[in-house]
Amino acid sequence: MTVLQDRTAPSPREEVLPKAASRRERWVRRLPLLPAVIYIVVVTQIPFVVTLWYSFQNYFWDQPGGAHFTGLTNYKTVFTNAAFRGSLVRSVAMTASAVIIAMLLGIAFALLLDRKFFGRGIVRTLIITPFLVMPAAAALVWTGPMLDPNFGLLNYLLEPFGIHHVAWLSTHALGSVIVVMIWQWTPFMTLIVLSGLQSQPPETLEAAKVDGAGALATFRELTLPHLRPYIELGILLGSIYLVNTFDAVRLMTNGGPGTSTTNLPFYLYQQVNNAFDIGGAAAAGVVTVVLTIIVATFALRMFARVFQFEEARG
Amino acid sequence: MTAAPARLRPRTVTSWAGSAAWAAVAWVVAIAFFLPVLWMLVTAFKPESDAETWPPKFIFAPTLAEFRLAVTGMAPFFTHSVIATVGSTILVLLIGIPAAYALSVYPVGRWRDGLFFLISTKMLPIVAAIGPLYVIALHARLLDSIWLLIILYTAMNLPLAIWMIRSFMLEVPGELLEAARLDGAGRVREIGGVILPIIAPGLASTALICVIFAWNELFLALNLTATNAATMPMFLMSSVPQEGLYIAHLSAAALVASVPVIIVGWIAQRSLVRGLSMGAIK
Repeated sequence: MTVLQDRTAPSPREEVLPKAASRRERWVRRLPLLPAVIYIVVVTQIPFVVTLWYSFQNYFWDQPGGAHFTGLTNYKTVFTNAAFRGSLVRSVAMTASAVIIAMLLGIAFALLLDRKFFGRGIVRTLIITPFLVMPAAAALVWTGPMLDPNFGLLNYLLEPFGIHHVAWLSTHALGSVIVVMIWQWTPFMTLIVLSGLQSQPPETLEAAKVDGAGALATFRELTLPHLRPYIELGILLGSIYLVNTFDAVRLMTNGGPGTSTTNLPFYLYQQVNNAFDIGGAAAAGVVTVVLTIIVATFALRMFARVFQFEEARG
Repeated sequence: MTAAPARLRPRTVTSWAGSAAWAAVAWVVAIAFFLPVLWMLVTAFKPESDAETWPPKFIFAPTLAEFRLAVTGMAPFFTHSVIATVGSTILVLLIGIPAAYALSVYPVGRWRDGLFFLISTKMLPIVAAIGPLYVIALHARLLDSIWLLIILYTAMNLPLAIWMIRSFMLEVPGELLEAARLDGAGRVREIGGVILPIIAPGLASTALICVIFAWNELFLALNLTATNAATMPMFLMSSVPQEGLYIAHLSAAALVASVPVIIVGWIAQRSLVRGLSMGAIK
């Protein structure tokens, strides 16, 4: 039986500390947490503070002389830079379309797997495998063996449909990258939705059947509302990972043709590695972080709802 | 399906045909979805001249030639990947277990805020700080060092691992902990003697998730390492020749690079869901 954790799990013991809890007692409790918090703050937060500092500096790391203060120049560049805006929009579009399509496919696959049939275990294993393939390997396998214009398997399979030697990565670059993102993340969505389906009390479904409800009505009225938190969780976690998609872009298209597949991670990579522009990349990074925080505020609220902390105490 | 409806409505030919059709559809869908992996597997065993033909060849004399070529020079990359993956996973467990304890069994006052702080760090895109990270690593003399990857992969996986381990710790029966405390067990003995043995399978699946993400990571490794710490995804990148025939070669390299995680993932697929949902789904 699969359920969202905190709905049934015992709430953390002694959750509300008595007011009289001594100072010492509170520190004894905090002690085991401190290494983790210090580690995370040092390793993940300090780089962002340094990023903020560099965003006001003119610093090209291939040029002598080091960094010097330039005020808001980097930000002016970022906001007037069509390349940055373009990559931002592309990132959002790629993430959103990949997450949504992967979720729809995931729901379909989960429905297929939610019924006993011959070889279900193997089918399940086959379906989760793309998630386990190293993203760099997935990108290369799609680039060469699958999508190669002259020798690729896809063109061969599509030939009966009148499609001949399409150079997918030149003509449909963005779509090809998104297909690979979907291919890798559909298994994740499938697994999450499947555990949602399997946590549905069978009695409810039986009752609906006895009452003469059709399969479609049962799905819409009972299953879908039950799946909602699972779907939200899948979309949320999928977005967190997919918005950082880099491997597929770098290895399949190198951001091109032109800038047609340059998403934010790839744009920042280019700023640092090709333009040597630490200051500019930092300013772009700060803007990215601010935007992320805005989105994350909503996402965290969704998280709180999905994880049902409040009910844990009931 | 429970036994009851089967008794009420005996199996008919139609329901049997329904099951068979269902199975057929599921198999076709799964194989189509798996096809790129299958094709990578097949192509990896082709000689290069058979990999680049039109139409693609399905019957050929399998050879290990491309594997032999592909693994040439792979050893250092493989070693770096193993060190970065295993090292960071051990560090994650060492730091994560006490932290999870302080957020579940014997919680700090504002454990909820702690949990959300942790997860919020996963939402900040590390790519945004890559330039400064490069400069910091340069000044700390950590550039192109395996230690840098261990440090960063630990930070990358720690929030996820704490959430997961916490969810396993919450399942430890309270009576067991009470009993241990009555026996006078201190906090350390409570963790080591009571909690850890019970959540050992949970720790294993936590470690698995950390291994998958660390093994597959490319962005940080590519930006911050070169020769002394280059990892398997970078080996894959370097195995793409600038020109000439390459399809069989990169299939073999991609297969070798992916196989460890694929096999581990297959074995542990039951705990995959829980890990990926950070313990939200059992």
